[in-house]
Amino acid sequence: MSETRTGAQIMCEALIREGVEVMFGIPGGAIMPFYYAMWEYRDQLRHVLCRHEQGAGHAAEGYARATGRLGVCIGTSGPGVTNLVTPIADAMMDSTPILAICGQVGSHVLGKDAFQETDITGITMPITKHNYLVKDVNDLAYVFKEAIHIATTGRPGPVLIDITKDAMQKATVPNWDQKLNLPGYKPTYAPNRKQVREAIKLLLSAQKPLIIAGNGVIMAGASEELRHFAEQLRIPVITTLHGIGSFPEDHPLSLGMPGMHGWVHCNRAIQECDVLFNIGGRFDDRVTGKASTFAPNARVIHVDIDPSEIGKNVKVAVPIVGDARLTLQALLEELPEREALAELHAHASDWMEHIRDMQDKHQGKQQYVNRANTEHMALPPHDVYEKLNRALALRGNYRVVTDVGQHQMWAAQLLDWNAGPRTHITSGGAGTMGFAVPASLGVAIAHPNDTIWAIVGDGGFQMTNQEMATIMQEGIKNIKVAVINNGYLGMVRQWQELFENKRYSGTPLSGPNFARLAEAYGWKGLTVEHADQVQAAIDEAHATDGPVLVDFRVEREVNVFPMVPQNKSIGEMIITEADA
Amino acid sequence: MRKHTIVALVQDRPGVLSRVAGLVRRRGYNIESLAVGHSEQPGVSRMTIVVESDHVEQVVKQLYRLIEVIKVSDVTTDPTVEREMVVLKLHAPAAARHEVVSMCGVFDAKIVDVGTSTMIVEMTGTPAKVENFIEVVRPYGIKEMMRTGRIAMVRGARGHNASEYVESAGPNGATVPTLN
Repeated sequence: MSETRTGAQIMCEALIREGVEVMFGIPGGAIMPFYYAMWEYRDQLRHVLCRHEQGAGHAAEGYARATGRLGVCIGTSGPGVTNLVTPIADAMMDSTPILAICGQVGSHVLGKDAFQETDITGITMPITKHNYLVKDVNDLAYVFKEAIHIATTGRPGPVLIDITKDAMQKATVPNWDQKLNLPGYKPTYAPNRKQVREAIKLLLSAQKPLIIAGNGVIMAGASEELRHFAEQLRIPVITTLHGIGSFPEDHPLSLGMPGMHGWVHCNRAIQECDVLFNIGGRFDDRVTGKASTFAPNARVIHVDIDPSEIGKNVKVAVPIVGDARLTLQALLEELPEREALAELHAHASDWMEHIRDMQDKHQGKQQYVNRANTEHMALPPHDVYEKLNRALALRGNYRVVTDVGQHQMWAAQLLDWNAGPRTHITSGGAGTMGFAVPASLGVAIAHPNDTIWAIVGDGGFQMTNQEMATIMQEGIKNIKVAVINNGYLGMVRQWQELFENKRYSGTPLSGPNFARLAEAYGWKGLTVEHADQVQAAIDEAHATDGPVLVDFRVEREVNVFPMVPQNKSIGEMIITEADA
Repeated sequence: MRKHTIVALVQDRPGVLSRVAGLVRRRGYNIESLAVGHSEQPGVSRMTIVVESDHVEQVVKQLYRLIEVIKVSDVTTDPTVEREMVVLKLHAPAAARHEVVSMCGVFDAKIVDVGTSTMIVEMTGTPAKVENFIEVVRPYGIKEMMRTGRIAMVRGARGHNASEYVESAGPNGATVPTLN
């Protein structure tokens, strides 16, 4: 094994050693040696040529989010890697394990403003978990090992390696056996038992306890443990946007999504609860609203693998640093005998009944879908979700990727999320429009036998739709795109309507005929303008053995409700049009 | 906002100083001073950071998120030895020299350069003493001033020996520390 290799060959072998099978990227001058070597390893390392580096980055994110494995993207120096900045920032906010491999100009011209030179390690310092500039071929084997370890362990995140062209071209005998030397990086997985017992003591004293489950539950693969825990204690479960899929929504203890566009009963339950158990969520401001008014009666137990998240936004009574799965296992082990749970159980049904009463009063899901005031509309967006929801449930084996905006919130609200973890993939923390189409490419490659629906607004779709060509070139057939086309940057328009006196500044949006655009890319393209055409279009998309785009030309000015205005307490919701 | 003295041990790798400085800036904390240099362990640097913040535990936790940060302590309320050095170029024509020299004697300051109308003096002490000295000599006319920023070390057996946290140093066991 101790044969001489070029730096670029070492990069390929390092990736293969770490189990990487697919990479998304675009070549260019500085990264060419890597592409030269990649050809030799093409049976083990699949390269997907994207149309824009942003697409490559989101595809890597989609792959990572759909599998829990490392996503890899590649860009060349200068504009190639600056185009990766948005997906890297997105991965940082959503704790997605991706590796960005960047070509850099030769070390002899580094720092001299050479052609296509950009200080990408400087640019990405605040938006990566860690990054590297490698100038010496002898460092490559170690740096790749360390980088992938950092990206995929603890709280996962994006790691970038910038490699000078000469480091890829030079040859050396790689040393694969160097031990990791990371004295400052030792993530805590096992929770402190004393804290676990404190948490149980607090939960047993509760009369109105509540669980919030976030992305951490999905990343730790802790859904089973969460279900057991909730059932044992009979505590209702709220799932954040990124927690969707961690707990089935058809479970009697499931309440749905909280926050800015969460359900009224979820937000009211948070405001009323006396003990709040947050596992793997980071109390994002879209969940808490005005943080000082959040859960005023609750003592908070916060479980997170990242100690810096605990106490950052919300005051915590019992902090637990640890992996969600190991923490739930420890909690289950430390649970007292059934008799000791009697008092907790005694309150459980009253509390649940109270929450369900609030829910019935404001909106059961389907009641909301069939709102009376949509009758005059040719195609209310809600009809698309209602039909898609039924079609997906019948079809099974599906995953849904959403973009950012109104269509994203409707998807989170109106689809029934019962298909398990990693079936709902979206851009949360960064709110990156343009995420869905390229991310669906990564999801589709990871799960070739599932049907992947990318739901996207007409604004976000026009940011990255060139990846339709990538999907076609790669022969991917299991992607179906639903454009929720209202001719506006709809969420911004909604804010303008509600808070800025309907001054629609910069939000009306035109576009090409999306179905014909799709046809031009070799896809099947369908246009739907009336509610009675929705079902047929979805059926046709499912029946087609190839990528399909459906342009749903929905009613233009429809708002996402309920809504908590920014910086307001989640207790102050706009529930329907009538309150606005 | 309260001032806090934070002592950090960090791996001596390229860019670690900008990582630390950048993190403190972007999280909205104000750095009053930051001093960095080699520690007793090759490959490990020791930093003393003085920050203004009412949420110092967040500063500490955020610093721990940096991969190269090994150990962070807020030593504000610990018994410590704190030192700072100042080098001053004073306006000191012949007539004023005698007074300046005697003032330096009071503060244990050293005269390291004498020109026709200026003197350079260096002075080391607690930050309070340095402050005091600067105020006392200010009336003579300070032409240039350079302060190192505070360095701090916890008294007694407590504290942080860098070798406790590190088996070997640098990405390739490199022992030549580089700071950029």
